[in-house]
Amino acid sequence: MGAGQPGNRERPIIMTDRTITDPKPIDTTTSDPKTSDSARFLSHLELDQPDKTFLDSNELVINMGPQHPATHGVLRVILKLDGEKVLGTECVIGYLHRGVEKIAENRTYTMFNPYVDRMDYVAAVSNGLGYCEAVEKLLNIEAPPRAKYIRVILTELNRMASHQLWLGTHALDIGAMTPLFYTFRDREEILKIFEKYCGARLTTHAFRIGGCQYETYEGFERDVTKFLDFAPPKIDEYEELLTTNRIWLERTKNVGVISRADAIALGVTGPVLRASGVKWDLRKAQPYAAYSDFDFEIPIGANGDTYDRYTVRMEEMRQSLRIIRQAVERIPEGPIMAKVPKVMKPPVGEVYHSIEAPKGELGYFIVSDGSTQPYRVRVRPPSFVNLQALDVMVRGALVADVIAVIGTLDIVLGEVDR
Amino acid sequence: MQQVVQPGMQPVATTFFFYFLSGLTLLSGVFVIIRKNPVHSALALIFGLLAQAGLYLMLYAPFVAGVQIILYAGGIMVLFLFVIMLVNIERSQREEQFNKQWVVGLLAAVALGALFVVVYVKGKALFPYRIAQPIESSNTQQIGVMLYGQYMFAFEIASLLLLVAIIGAVVMAKKRI
Amino acid sequence: MLDYITSYLSSNTTPGQAGNVFWALVYIMIVFGGVSVAVMAMNWLERKALAHFQIRLGPMRVGPHGLLQPIADAIKLMTKEDIIPAEADKFVFWIAPLIILCASFAVYIVVPFGPTHAITDLNIGILFMLGVSSLSVLGVVMAGWASNSHYPLIGALRSSAQMVSYEVAMGMAVVSAVLMTSLHGIGPYGVGVGTSGTGTLSMIGIVQAQQEQHVWFLFKFFPLGFIAFGIFAIAMVAETNRAPFDLPEAESELTAGFHTEYSGLRWSLFMLGEYAAMIAVSSIAVTLWLGGWFRPFPNTLTGDTWDLVFSLFPGLTFLALAAIAFVGVRRMPKHPYFRVQTIGLAGFGAVLGLIGLILFVPPVRDRIQDIFWFVAKVAGFMYLYIWYRATFPRYRFDQLMKVGWKVLLPIGIGVLILTAILGVVL
Repeated sequence: MGAGQPGNRERPIIMTDRTITDPKPIDTTTSDPKTSDSARFLSHLELDQPDKTFLDSNELVINMGPQHPATHGVLRVILKLDGEKVLGTECVIGYLHRGVEKIAENRTYTMFNPYVDRMDYVAAVSNGLGYCEAVEKLLNIEAPPRAKYIRVILTELNRMASHQLWLGTHALDIGAMTPLFYTFRDREEILKIFEKYCGARLTTHAFRIGGCQYETYEGFERDVTKFLDFAPPKIDEYEELLTTNRIWLERTKNVGVISRADAIALGVTGPVLRASGVKWDLRKAQPYAAYSDFDFEIPIGANGDTYDRYTVRMEEMRQSLRIIRQAVERIPEGPIMAKVPKVMKPPVGEVYHSIEAPKGELGYFIVSDGSTQPYRVRVRPPSFVNLQALDVMVRGALVADVIAVIGTLDIVLGEVDR
Repeated sequence: MQQVVQPGMQPVATTFFFYFLSGLTLLSGVFVIIRKNPVHSALALIFGLLAQAGLYLMLYAPFVAGVQIILYAGGIMVLFLFVIMLVNIERSQREEQFNKQWVVGLLAAVALGALFVVVYVKGKALFPYRIAQPIESSNTQQIGVMLYGQYMFAFEIASLLLLVAIIGAVVMAKKRI
Repeated sequence: MLDYITSYLSSNTTPGQAGNVFWALVYIMIVFGGVSVAVMAMNWLERKALAHFQIRLGPMRVGPHGLLQPIADAIKLMTKEDIIPAEADKFVFWIAPLIILCASFAVYIVVPFGPTHAITDLNIGILFMLGVSSLSVLGVVMAGWASNSHYPLIGALRSSAQMVSYEVAMGMAVVSAVLMTSLHGIGPYGVGVGTSGTGTLSMIGIVQAQQEQHVWFLFKFFPLGFIAFGIFAIAMVAETNRAPFDLPEAESELTAGFHTEYSGLRWSLFMLGEYAAMIAVSSIAVTLWLGGWFRPFPNTLTGDTWDLVFSLFPGLTFLALAAIAFVGVRRMPKHPYFRVQTIGLAGFGAVLGLIGLILFVPPVRDRIQDIFWFVAKVAGFMYLYIWYRATFPRYRFDQLMKVGWKVLLPIGIGVLILTAILGVVL
């Protein structure tokens, strides 16, 4: 166990007021079913009861398995039902765990950049933005204004694309088949812009530490402006299909309600939090990457039910278009890359930087020990934290509502599991 | 357009259909009793009821036949099947098919059979023609007139009984979704 | 023998009423074949229409524009392995789709395509139709039970509960339409004495009552007839387990529906029964409220010229379809790979055009009128079914039952009472 061995590096001591000098180890010696951590965790499911047939007992434990058309990825949800009513849930995750954070310890900062796209693969640009900005904070450099504007435009386009995918899949889960095809068709326009800009549609790797690598291509502003004219009637079309539809209202109103206090206590962020009435958006609260130059609003909801989350995200789509319009009109000229050393060796330190990804607060906690490879990269995925709210939201609801609520939380398993 | 049987139109193959349908009814009845699986018994009962509806048709009572199909075969038997399926049927599979008291059962069946024969012989006088007569006005109309005229009180009492049953069912089932 | 056959041709009753077994069998064959073709066409139309609603194309490869897709599906399903679950009850497993199929197809005995174009005209026509279509609930329950697995059983019980609930609402709507057959007056608000006013349950009789009263029951005692029609239209969608009431068979829900364990030909029998039931309840709706086989505006636009104009419609419809086919031929890619498809589509268009031209010939034109208008109205309903499926989200099961019992049934009873009161007063 020496310092310098791969995987066994000593943690650099960075004394802050939060540093614990002698942490207590987690007690793994006992596996007593009564007191071990996992038993306490799952005790409300009463899995040690003798097997009863589902016809005899009042409660039924069933499994919405990893493969399921409606769980947006490989998520396993164990439900305890009383007839049709849900008494409790337990999410089993980890089916998509790829060890991204461990991989980061063996890659240089630049080499790790493509890996972050693969976490929230639906909205890859935001992941890249968060990581690049976190490393820039660590290196104490700032991207030039032109790069910041390009970053904002691409990130907001990416927010629009992510919300469109969310809308299509959420509507499909509730039974409306058609909006899926419309949103995917309109999402194509955004993906075309991404492809022309950086060569990839999904895992874009658009930004670099210190700015952007690619200059905007010839016709970028024209394409983006064309998209800005193309999109609002489409959003109106989605709203026309769903917003006042009686069946949609019945399926989404008062379904999956989470109160303001619960949302703050559980740490959910993003549209879920805003729909519960909390006006908290990192783009306004802790502005990053030129967001302070733009004029936009933060939509909030009143009840915290599924319908409010739907309206909040629809309005966010429109506000994104507003930001993009302001940005594309006045992209400043100048360099797109700051002066970044060829070999990046950030000083010893740690940084936590979070951005407002489409799904919530996406945070990066990077610990640097002075070498070219980070000591630890910890990602705070918004979907992982929001998924905890599932249990609170579906207690007492019906099974069909569980699927609606998973859809409305907008989780991506790549992010939850990393 | 009413189905009044024209003089030239004769029902076809009455004897064959009568023996066929009544044979089917009897066979279904036997199957109801001898099958171990309650769902098979219910199925056999459904066939028996449908055959009986055919017999009603032969008696020129189409309304009764239609109502038999809708209510009995399509409604009540569905409820029977619901109950059978929600009850644990493994226990019924293990039960004895024919129990030890078959002597008493046989005696009771013979007595019932003798009663049927007596009723038939005594009641032959009521049906001098022994063939169902086509009636002038339609079956539906006749039933309507009698039900809402002569038997109005009984009709209302029956509907009240059904209302009580519905309310009872709703109260018992109300606690759970 | 020949006498027996030809003596029917000059009569003006249905074969059942004339007691003519031969012609009854002929009609049965025609109707059975027609319904089977209609089911296949409906399968194709659903896939294409749904695709076009969703801005995609649907099947395009199997046959020109996917026209042979239903045949390919049928062949595939017939050659699939027949899997029976391990502990399933083999007899019940086998008979459940047959019950649904027989129940759905037996309804067609009384469907009136014209004043004499029905297999028979039972005295209790509408009662028979409702009763026999309610037998398909038995098939659903048995299919779910025979699969010997939790989820199909739950799905089957839900599905049958839904069907039974909406039958009640359907019955209320049907009774108010039957009430209207016993009215005397002419026109939407029938005052005065103009008709014989004998109520009837027979399907042909109901359409003839609409003729005598000079109004489609849709517009009778407006808005009562319209509301009754609306109740029936909603209830019939729920009765056949179609969107937006298709929770029991939706894939994204937990319980996967009563036909999960069925594979291959058995599953296709379920789909056949479902489509046949859809066409059957649509024909009930058309007969009861939309005037059956009558052309539009039979009383406001009268006269020989209008009769002539409306009689041209069948031919024109087929010619329009042929024109669409030829437009498709022109738009086919010119690559040699598509040569067979282009020729096939052109042939299909030619056949349609030929049928259209034949339908212009006066003797055929007069005979085909009733059947054409009836089928056209039912086809409109089929398109509505597909439209609903493309547009609406799904109702949750408790909301579904709530709509059936707490919304449709009270409105149905109210319409019935008001119709009865108006019928006596006016």
